[in-house]
Amino acid sequence: MRELAELALDVTRIKGAVYADIRIIAVKGESLIIKNGQVSHIHCSEDRGFGVRVIVDGAWGFASSDELTRNEIKRVAAQAVKIAKASALYKGRGVVLTPVVKAVTHWSTPFEIDPFTISLSEKIDLLLSIDKALRQVKEVKIARGNMEFQKKSQLFASTTGSFIEQESLSSAAGYAAIAINQDDLQIRSYPSSFGGQYMTRGYELIQELALEENASRIAEEAAALLKAPQCPTGYKDIILDSSQLALQIHESCGHPAELDRVLGTEADFAGRSFLTPDKLHSFLYGSPVINIVADSLTPGGMGTYGFDDEGVPAQRWYLVKEGLFCGYLTSRQTAPEIGLNHSQGAMRACNWNRLPLIRMNNVSLEPDQWNLEDLIADTKDGVFMETNRSWSIDQLRYNFQFGTEIGWEIKNGKKGKMLKNPTYQGITPQFWQACDAVCNDNYWVLWGVPNCGKGQPEQIIATSHGAAPARFRQVMVGVGYVK
Amino acid sequence: MLNKEQARNILNKVLEYSRADETEVSLGGGTFALTRFAQNIVHQNTMERGYEVSVRTVLGKKTGRASTNRLTDKDLKRVVETALDITRHIPDDPELLPVLEPQEYRRLETPARNTVIFSPDKQLKLVGKIINLARGHGLKASGSLSHTLGSLEEYGERGIFAVANSKGLFAYYGRQLSSLSVTIEGEDSSGWARQEGLGLAELNPETLAATAIDKAIKSQNPRLIDPGEYTVILEPAAVASLVWFLVDGFNALAYYEGRSFLKDKLGQKLAGENFTMLDDAYHPLYSERPFDDEGILKKKVILFDRGVAANLVYSRKEARKHKAEPTGHGLQVPNPWGARAGNIVVMGGEETLEEMIRTTEKGLLVTRFWYNRLVDPMRVIVTGMTRDGTFLVEKGKIKYGVKNLRFNQSVLEIAKNIRALSSPIKIEGMVVPAMKVDHFNFTSTTEF
Repeated sequence: MRELAELALDVTRIKGAVYADIRIIAVKGESLIIKNGQVSHIHCSEDRGFGVRVIVDGAWGFASSDELTRNEIKRVAAQAVKIAKASALYKGRGVVLTPVVKAVTHWSTPFEIDPFTISLSEKIDLLLSIDKALRQVKEVKIARGNMEFQKKSQLFASTTGSFIEQESLSSAAGYAAIAINQDDLQIRSYPSSFGGQYMTRGYELIQELALEENASRIAEEAAALLKAPQCPTGYKDIILDSSQLALQIHESCGHPAELDRVLGTEADFAGRSFLTPDKLHSFLYGSPVINIVADSLTPGGMGTYGFDDEGVPAQRWYLVKEGLFCGYLTSRQTAPEIGLNHSQGAMRACNWNRLPLIRMNNVSLEPDQWNLEDLIADTKDGVFMETNRSWSIDQLRYNFQFGTEIGWEIKNGKKGKMLKNPTYQGITPQFWQACDAVCNDNYWVLWGVPNCGKGQPEQIIATSHGAAPARFRQVMVGVGYVK
Repeated sequence: MLNKEQARNILNKVLEYSRADETEVSLGGGTFALTRFAQNIVHQNTMERGYEVSVRTVLGKKTGRASTNRLTDKDLKRVVETALDITRHIPDDPELLPVLEPQEYRRLETPARNTVIFSPDKQLKLVGKIINLARGHGLKASGSLSHTLGSLEEYGERGIFAVANSKGLFAYYGRQLSSLSVTIEGEDSSGWARQEGLGLAELNPETLAATAIDKAIKSQNPRLIDPGEYTVILEPAAVASLVWFLVDGFNALAYYEGRSFLKDKLGQKLAGENFTMLDDAYHPLYSERPFDDEGILKKKVILFDRGVAANLVYSRKEARKHKAEPTGHGLQVPNPWGARAGNIVVMGGEETLEEMIRTTEKGLLVTRFWYNRLVDPMRVIVTGMTRDGTFLVEKGKIKYGVKNLRFNQSVLEIAKNIRALSSPIKIEGMVVPAMKVDHFNFTSTTEF
């Protein structure tokens, strides 16, 4: 592989590139879904290819192919240069990259049990056992469980002299119970929605998730939601569980902190950001208990890596410190726009055939001091909301609306009756400024979010977000369910 | 891109290598070029080539699937062995059907109209026209120009797609697709336009740029208005992004599982007399393959017939179970999703967008929506935001641009409250008209 990478870089140099990199990637995947007692999806996949990125005349070019031969490497490298030359007609000031230290190294995610050594039968039996437990509750009409495993090997080589081999292994599992009656449908998922928990760990993750132990409770909650009262409408204090808060962080902090969005390169598609550079180090994003950190080193994260897809080493830095907006997710090209002389390393591509973009790594809310029980006891009139069901936010990331699967009324410090269809809506900085309490690290969970979309052609990538439950004062709840 | 005989050759090799009782194999992929521009510069210019072979083997009542993007003989042999290995290890599926008998198809290949061989230079020339127009108005252009010879699941579709099985079935389809999306930004405003065609020659960058520039200029200094119930004039892109939420309700599997909004309502009048929606892969604005993932011929299916929920789309499996005919909308077997109506056509009317504006006493004109998500599946309540050109209309005229609004609205209620329809166009992967709709519910505003 190293020889092929060197060939690509040589061709681009000869053709006039001032910078080039190549990523050669092989991915092995396994996914299965059990639905209502049947194997309804089972798929093993292998995928391999390479992408060459170049700068010629101050403009980017990129080409890729799935055919890993010397001739194809030469053709694609030359094609990338040709594309860059065409782009140079409308290049603006031209691309200038911050420096990066050459690295020749190998990095990999640790794991205990390789999921590809566990038999399919064992995985299917576990999901069938959960499926059976979910369907013990008669209102549950659809039971669905899934597992997903991926092994990715990548060689990054660039004209700076770097040769970086990285290997990552990820595992995921989860399930959902869908209860249906005459005119309503309610869902409960475990341990989270969107396929459950995703981490860069081995099969030990699946063993630790207590999947079977929670199946009956989840099925009963789905059924109970059919009879539960509607979440009221009005301003209430809300406490969000860690998985819902993970998505709140993702949408209202992670995305607006992506510097390429801020600078307008997603203006036609994924949108821009209200966190404009004039706000850096001066804008009150949240209350003093809000500390949000971007960390490519968090163990087990879906955004954990040794080096990003520009060969920049993994780092940890604050986006929000004690409520103050203080950092962006950057690339080598964008870092100078905010006065940095180096990138913090947030460039990732979903595969060999896509250009790296600025993506969230592991963007997490740091824990504070509260016990959840004390926080509920301290809340007079509120709603505790768990597990995301719907999510929407405007293209500058101000106005959001989230729905969760289940809510619980809080009255005079006590968690009371179950509420169905809980939703809440707000404006990002007002919402985070209304946060007055975050639970401690005993409640902090790193959640994998597998379905982050950005770029064209759209790149779906996984990120992670750690959070402990937190309270937000006087938030509009119960929106959406208009008659 | 791989032609019909090249595709057949690859699929036949897989069938030869397989020792399964039955085998089904598909091939999808092609070449895809994309130029993205933003803030009047080209920031991303890419080209990719790739294919995927997906093999399903059957042993008795067991079936499993494996895929690879490597097309050498060695890799094809290996993917067959992987599929067989999976198949051996999974439980029987008592409802598993044998692979399909050979079929007869209509219109198996649709060459692109006005075929143009793409190149980075040609793409830049088109994009350059837009950038120059924006610069001329002191505005900033962003957008993308894409061109596909075949496609790698762009918007969930496959351009070159071939399927074959051990009973002798073979079907192949290839196409070209091009699209151009333009956003023009001013200091405090933006405008957007999009066009989809069967080749670069069908795209008109100047017209699109002019539309987006006009919207950006007209929506300068946007005013905050109160949320609430409004009459809305929805441009086709806005309509497409809402109608999409009705589609899965007609999936037979969703219907019989009870998770469709149509539960117990098939045959009932759920929408207005003027709302007719069908799935029609043969509509002249589409260039879609006429068979599904198993090779079943696609049928034209009327979903809403003058407001009445009329018919479902069926995979082979669901059709067998419910004594219906498969409609050619099945997905890869096995799957938990059922069937998908992927070629939606909403019948239009005779009013133009201008006439809709002229006959509106007070309302909002919406260019497009953004980040629409389902809030309540049974009532099809959707939330989302307006984006890139929202205008107050008063006394038959566009008065001014307004700050964006969030809506929470049942799409079924929209279908009951349509007052006017334009002729349809192809946009966002659907064929839909503009619509004037009463009682549209906006629930909050935002900062811009």
